[in-house]
Amino acid sequence: MNAKVGVVVFPGSNCDHDAYYVFKEIIKTDTKFLWHKEGSIGDRNIIILPGGFSYGDYLRCGAISRFSPIMQDVVRFANKGGIVIGICNGFQILCESGLLPGTLMRNANLKFLCKTVSLKVENNKSIFTSNYGIKEDINIPIAHGDGNYFCDEDTLTELISNNRILFRYNENPNGSIYDIAGIQNEKRNVLGMMPHPERVSDSELGNTDGLKLLSGVAESVI
Amino acid sequence: MFTAKIKVTLRKTILDPQGKTVEHSLISLGYDKISNTRIGKYIEMKIDVNSIEEATVIVEESCKRLLSNPVMEDYQFEIIQNGAV
Repeated sequence: MNAKVGVVVFPGSNCDHDAYYVFKEIIKTDTKFLWHKEGSIGDRNIIILPGGFSYGDYLRCGAISRFSPIMQDVVRFANKGGIVIGICNGFQILCESGLLPGTLMRNANLKFLCKTVSLKVENNKSIFTSNYGIKEDINIPIAHGDGNYFCDEDTLTELISNNRILFRYNENPNGSIYDIAGIQNEKRNVLGMMPHPERVSDSELGNTDGLKLLSGVAESVI
Repeated sequence: MFTAKIKVTLRKTILDPQGKTVEHSLISLGYDKISNTRIGKYIEMKIDVNSIEEATVIVEESCKRLLSNPVMEDYQFEIIQNGAV
């Protein structure tokens, strides 16, 4: 396997070790942590922006992380077609940095939600979802207070017509527009999603619905 | 030296569940004339430049680049020249 995964660690990241564990120990690929102050992603060809509360979610979730040194290189890498996955707080950072459209607002019911939810795979013709069936239902946990995806009408129309919505909630937990749980960018190399696939990737934990995503991405690097 | 007073608010078209919840609480306290409660952020900062024009450029850029997210928020600010103490 030629995947070289870099898991970015911001001050306040807390799902970085889970992502590292899945790539290193389960998928068994070359995996490294990347501290946010590093100016370069080095030889990594898959970048993971993990979940957590980077910079304490101060100001807005992801707003400050977006300006950290490593993000300048992640943006450059993504714009050149490099694979970037933002999970939860990582999705928020991708929206703040302009790699994905829209934003994630406070959950409509104002509660922090921590539970497994049912998602529908909207589009399985992507490097992120190729291991799933079309319209397959999968169970992946969410853990967020600000997961209410919002974008303007024109952006939503564009997301729908270009098949950029990869995951939708079967029962909308947070008020997201069009039940959106995960989207990809126009070039189809950047994924942002609120649910945590890395938490359901070890068979010892009884559910591997997330592994299909992460291993599929690792296998896509030739 | 100038002081900038910045208000960042959710755009009018966006539902503010926090504002709504606070409003319900106020109404239950008997203040039933209250409506359209919106919650935002207030940011105050000192700016060490010589003219209000320079201060305005700095505040405007700060609001655009970091302090607000144009997808969901609007900002307003005022800049006050600090008097001699």
